[in-house]
Amino acid sequence: MLTAILLGFLFALFLVFAGKFFKGKLAVVSSIIPLSLFIYFASFIPRISSGEVIRRTYEWVPSFGVNLGFSLDGLSLLFSLMITGIGFLVYVYTSTYLKNHQYLDRFYAYLSVFMGAMLGLVLSDNIISMFVFWELTSISSFFLIGFNNTSEASRKSALTALGITGFGGFSLLAGALLLGSMAGTYSITEMLSMKEALAGHEFYILAVIFIFGAAFTKSAQFPFHFWLPGAMKAPTPVSTYLHSATMVKAGVYLLMRFTPVLGDTNFWNTTLISVGAITMLYSAVHTLFRTDLKGVLAYSTISALGILVFLIGLGSQGAFLAAAVFIIVHALYKATLFLVTGVIDLQSGTRNVTVLAGLRKVMMPVAVAGILAAISSAGIPPSIGFLGKELTYEASTHSTGLVIVIVAAIVLTKILLLYAGFVAGIKPFTGKLPEKFSEVKMPGPLMWVPPLLLAILGIVFGIFPALIESSLVKPVVTALSKDASDIHLALWHGFNTVLILSIITIVVGILLYLFLKPSEKLENRIGKLEPVSPESILKKLTYFFAVFSKFWTNVFQNGYLRNYVTTIVLFLVILVGYIFIGNSRLVIDHTQLSQITAYELAVTIILIGGVFYTVFTRSRIGAVAAMGVVGLAICLLFVFYSAPDLAMTQFSIDTLTVILFVLVLYRLPKYLVLSDYKMRIRDGILSLTFGGLISLLALQVLAEPVNSDIGDFYAKNAYLMAHGKNVVNVILVDFRGTDTLIEISVLAIAAIGVYGLLKLRVKSSDRPN
Amino acid sequence: MEILFAIIIGVLYAAGIYMILRRSLVKLIIGIILLGNGANLLIFLLGRISEGAPPIIPEESKVFLEAYADPVPQALILTAIVISFGLQSFAIILVKRAHKVVKTDDLDEMNATDEDS
Repeated sequence: MLTAILLGFLFALFLVFAGKFFKGKLAVVSSIIPLSLFIYFASFIPRISSGEVIRRTYEWVPSFGVNLGFSLDGLSLLFSLMITGIGFLVYVYTSTYLKNHQYLDRFYAYLSVFMGAMLGLVLSDNIISMFVFWELTSISSFFLIGFNNTSEASRKSALTALGITGFGGFSLLAGALLLGSMAGTYSITEMLSMKEALAGHEFYILAVIFIFGAAFTKSAQFPFHFWLPGAMKAPTPVSTYLHSATMVKAGVYLLMRFTPVLGDTNFWNTTLISVGAITMLYSAVHTLFRTDLKGVLAYSTISALGILVFLIGLGSQGAFLAAAVFIIVHALYKATLFLVTGVIDLQSGTRNVTVLAGLRKVMMPVAVAGILAAISSAGIPPSIGFLGKELTYEASTHSTGLVIVIVAAIVLTKILLLYAGFVAGIKPFTGKLPEKFSEVKMPGPLMWVPPLLLAILGIVFGIFPALIESSLVKPVVTALSKDASDIHLALWHGFNTVLILSIITIVVGILLYLFLKPSEKLENRIGKLEPVSPESILKKLTYFFAVFSKFWTNVFQNGYLRNYVTTIVLFLVILVGYIFIGNSRLVIDHTQLSQITAYELAVTIILIGGVFYTVFTRSRIGAVAAMGVVGLAICLLFVFYSAPDLAMTQFSIDTLTVILFVLVLYRLPKYLVLSDYKMRIRDGILSLTFGGLISLLALQVLAEPVNSDIGDFYAKNAYLMAHGKNVVNVILVDFRGTDTLIEISVLAIAAIGVYGLLKLRVKSSDRPN
Repeated sequence: MEILFAIIIGVLYAAGIYMILRRSLVKLIIGIILLGNGANLLIFLLGRISEGAPPIIPEESKVFLEAYADPVPQALILTAIVISFGLQSFAIILVKRAHKVVKTDDLDEMNATDEDS
């Protein structure tokens, strides 16, 4: 199973080196990859439908409990077959659609990475590895949307999609970690047995919100839906594959996968029903106002995703059944419509529904595919779409709560979707062929066979629902609700409420299609609502965020050294001061202290006097000289307190620094008074507080016991091991010899820097005037 | 004497920070030097100071017979003094260079990056 998942990635890697062989006529050969995967997964159907769940576990990061655990149950199988099956057709289709495109190999590589990631996502049993694959689908989607990287709109849409789904990925990670800590495991299978404990956990709501955040962004639910219409900038095969059949269903998959773990609570069901209902209605209404074929399809896809989320929210076995069937229905007809749109776009050069008409005369097979798909999407018997619609209505009429509202919402959505399906699948082929399309040619067979195949499958499954009943649908319902024995799919359900609703839908939908013609006028009308759409609101938020961060940066990163220093010191003073005042009582044990002699006092006075002169003098040379005095006074302190080596070093370094200073600064102008009185007072108070705090801290530390084990070790062994009697020297040149060597190199580098700066000649052009 | 030491350290820290907060580059360097001295003395004090007991093993003996000052802080400070000299000399030359090029000693006139100008 790991090989199956990695195959896509390996093929992508292979294309990096062997890409040029796959650009020409050989391109179609690459479709062997999804085809073989499809056969591989199809071979599991008998085992899965008998109720078996196939598991494989590979260790990845065992110390964190992150394993590559994969499990194949009915739900995963359905998705795997969709990914590889539609993937195969898309691979075939692309070989003609992007014929002789200079980056065709790149395109196949992205597609393969996506396919591998998507398979990994639906097969993962471990939430962390699921998250990794989830992110990989977002990333490959980013590259595919932005495939036409010379167009600015493409790049922008790609970024929007990545931003929204990336946010969702972050949310998934947060949810995964939270669930992991709540359940003590990252394995979804193991979580199944802790359903009650998880639902009663104090963080249950939070975890569910994170999972929702991931699912809603990926599956384009309101108010995160707007990235999907933008993603239609991608080449049509991508729209077919990622943004209608597979990737956008990842969110739905996530919700279904977690239904047995987190589902069946009030919060879970209510949220899903309301978000699903809003999404399906909102975007179904939007389809009325689109003139771009892909725009119509994008909004109807969002609407379909809304229906799925809504069905999962209903939470009954019937709803799961409806969802499982509807996933198949939607994948079949929507992929067909997208592929048909691609053909129309490529051959006629436009996707504008207001001008497209009569194309059946030039491309009959494509027209058949489009019309069959439209029938399935409309739910007209004998298509499988009819079955999906009946089951959906059945589930809604049997729901609890506001049945009338729920049924009304779903019926309205279905009516609008029928309209959308007809616009996309029938409108371009009917009517009189306009003059300008008379030259339009029939595409190659590799482009019209895939959509036709999918469309016919949609009808075949409708007539013989037994084909998918026990092989695909039942295992999905089993994965969601344990018991699925009494499921029976049939086209004819008898004469009942559901059938009446169905008839109403079809009649009203067809009337709507006949009377409402898509036009630019309508599209412009909805454009007026743009400023209050979620997309514009998000854009404004990002803009304000940018403004705010700019302001924030200017406050803290303002380029003035003294402001940085002030911030740091102030923070330190307040924080340390607060802790210090709150927690400690200053104790000074006078018996422990050494006596003050007269000469020490004298040195101290000289030192402090020197410091004051350094700070307050107006003369630069005076300040440097006073600084030298301070250094020498410190040198004397070292002498008094048993540090002869320090005294010698301090003496020589201090002298050198003063000499250097005087030599260099001799020619500089006098100090200018640059700051006003107020600023000096403010800085003075700040520095005095800081100095006082350091003094107090020093005294406080002195009250603590000291540990001199290390010093004792060196003192004991200085002569015995290193044969030196000056312990400080022995430490520096022997015990810590390497450190000293490195220190010498630092000095050498500084010396090179100094030399370089002295020798550097500034070109006159670099000099500011 | 420890109290006196603590006061000296406080004064050095205060003076160092005050000088760093000035706009003049020369004052900035002086501030860094004063702050460095304060830090050295702080380490010295916290290693406990003792009079008349340098960490040097007497001529006739192989190990210490009497009390001695802790050699570890001293080694640390010695390193610090030398390294800070490297920093100071580099900074001083840099100021000289900067003054030659931009003709100012004022930090506020130097805070534009290449992008701004």
